Amino acid sequence: MSLFKAFEIAASGVTAQSQRLNATASNLANADSAAGPGGKAYQARQVVFQTAQLDPKDGRVQGVKVQGVIEDASVPRRVHDPRHPLADDTGYVTLPNVNVAEEMVNMLSASRSYQSNLEVMNTTKNLLLKTLSLGS
Amino acid sequence: MTPITAGKLDKELGVQSAALVLRMQRVQLIASNIANADTPGYKAVDFDFSKALRAATGDSSARAVTPAAVEPSLTAPGHQTGSRSAYAGLSTDYRTLYRTPAQPSADANSVDMDLERARFAENSVKYEAALKFLNGKIKTLLSAIQG
Repeated sequence: MSLFKAFEIAASGVTAQSQRLNATASNLANADSAAGPGGKAYQARQVVFQTAQLDPKDGRVQGVKVQGVIEDASVPRRVHDPRHPLADDTGYVTLPNVNVAEEMVNMLSASRSYQSNLEVMNTTKNLLLKTLSLGS
Repeated sequence: MTPITAGKLDKELGVQSAALVLRMQRVQLIASNIANADTPGYKAVDFDFSKALRAATGDSSARAVTPAAVEPSLTAPGHQTGSRSAYAGLSTDYRTLYRTPAQPSADANSVDMDLERARFAENSVKYEAALKFLNGKIKTLLSAIQG
């Protein structure tokens, strides 16, 4: 029954969006983890979405999947703070390249999309239950 | 492929059951659009419901929209057929069309979330309507059988 496939599609959306939310949470949590002279600063992580063929026989059934997690290659933040224990010889501390404003927008977008997918699931469930009671 | 209006019972339930199957498939398509709202390069799809329903119920004027009529020609061995696969056993095949986006987006994704949610709600209400009609017909048949 193709309504179950609608379930699968919405579930793939929910999974993908929650992974995106996870990446955002990790980025925000590490937004200020300073790195010492030798250590590398935390790099922001971003998930990449891709359409996923859920049914090999029907190309119209397209879910979504996380193709991979990439590390943001932009330059880390450098803050001049000679009193910081992790400051290097020049007095600079390396901070992660997390853009907090961007991450907040990402988080909002992910949670909205998550909600929409859940709504699809709920409606589909209601339709399925009504279909089950057909003729009674 | 056996057409959906085959037996006498099927004929009785004909249009509504075909409508139900098509509505179900539309739920799937719109769910795909919503799931891929953030996928770069994804193009939102839908189909012309009334044309698909006419084709499913055997209206000859609607035959022209079925994929066979617009199949692209294969001129080299590497070419693939352009039509998207049909549902086995059902003549409720339809041709998916891409939506025209109201505004362009930076990642070439053409899903308009508000529009898709509205279409999804509309489609599920109409699915329930078809279900109700079908229920009524089944009840009529049952009362005719049981007296």
